[in-house]
Amino acid sequence: MKFSVVVFPGSNSDYDAFYAASRVVGEDAALVWHKDTDLQGADVVILPGGFAHGDYLRTGAIARFSPIMGAVKAFADRGGPVLGICNGFQVLLEAGLLPGAMVRNDRVKFVSQLVPVRVEQTDTPFTAACASKQVLRLPIAHGEGNYYAPPEVLAEIEARRQVVFRYSSPSGEVSDAYNPNGSLNSIAGICNRERNVVGLMPHPERASEAQLGSADGRLVLASAVKWAAEGMLRHA
Amino acid sequence: MRARVYVTLKPSVFDPQGRVVADALVTLGYGDVKDVRQGKFFEVELDGADPATANLSAEAQRAKAETRVTEMADKLLANPVIESYRVEVLE
Repeated sequence: MKFSVVVFPGSNSDYDAFYAASRVVGEDAALVWHKDTDLQGADVVILPGGFAHGDYLRTGAIARFSPIMGAVKAFADRGGPVLGICNGFQVLLEAGLLPGAMVRNDRVKFVSQLVPVRVEQTDTPFTAACASKQVLRLPIAHGEGNYYAPPEVLAEIEARRQVVFRYSSPSGEVSDAYNPNGSLNSIAGICNRERNVVGLMPHPERASEAQLGSADGRLVLASAVKWAAEGMLRHA
Repeated sequence: MRARVYVTLKPSVFDPQGRVVADALVTLGYGDVKDVRQGKFFEVELDGADPATANLSAEAQRAKAETRVTEMADKLLANPVIESYRVEVLE
């Protein structure tokens, strides 16, 4: 299967995602320039981390106008799996492919650390290989990862089981003490209603081999492979 | 024609930067500062020679500019999920 990683001007985790997909998970991978309009036969699309368009205006606000985003939206609408990592998550929020918005971290600091993240849902293309409530050790590196949604939207995404990842303690306890950025309900990642579009602030691609401090992130991309192997890809 | 757009976080959204600025002001000795909300300010210059509006009265041109800039604020300058905005049209 093929992972297509979109490269925006200012992306900085594009090669990490490409490496994790091609060398760690061992699948085909391509880098797709944001001015292209063709996803090169993608089975899975990754919007990588970084600072697309310099985060001008708001994080992800300008990236949604990149020509490739039309193809990404069409791919998502057909049920294709789309993963937004960190800045990619912010792009998905600004593009309206996921609900809510990001605001500045509550302690106003850029946070860069390895954190425990609890898997809340395993019926998405990016968590299918995880166990329910499994705690992954993943790095975060962001200044605006404080997830916000109006109360009615938050209630709806909780009711529809769209919260896919939450910050937690190493043993999986969710509390404010383990919330690194002030995100509502300790939300680290969510999916859309159809569950094929997932965004998360932690970087699984930067934690895909033991020598990087954690290999837990490998499961996120390996999930897409499992998802495909089980015949769950519906976009073709 | 020029317009000004003021964008701020909605009152229901915590503004960590504004909080830090407020604390700094208090530290500077401005003990009466209760709160600061940080926002963004845009000046939008519109082409007055637009043939679509050239025949309109000044008042109608102004109204049209206000509608258009409000649309711009809603679509791009502000993120309506977290921010509110105010539009002012100048001559």
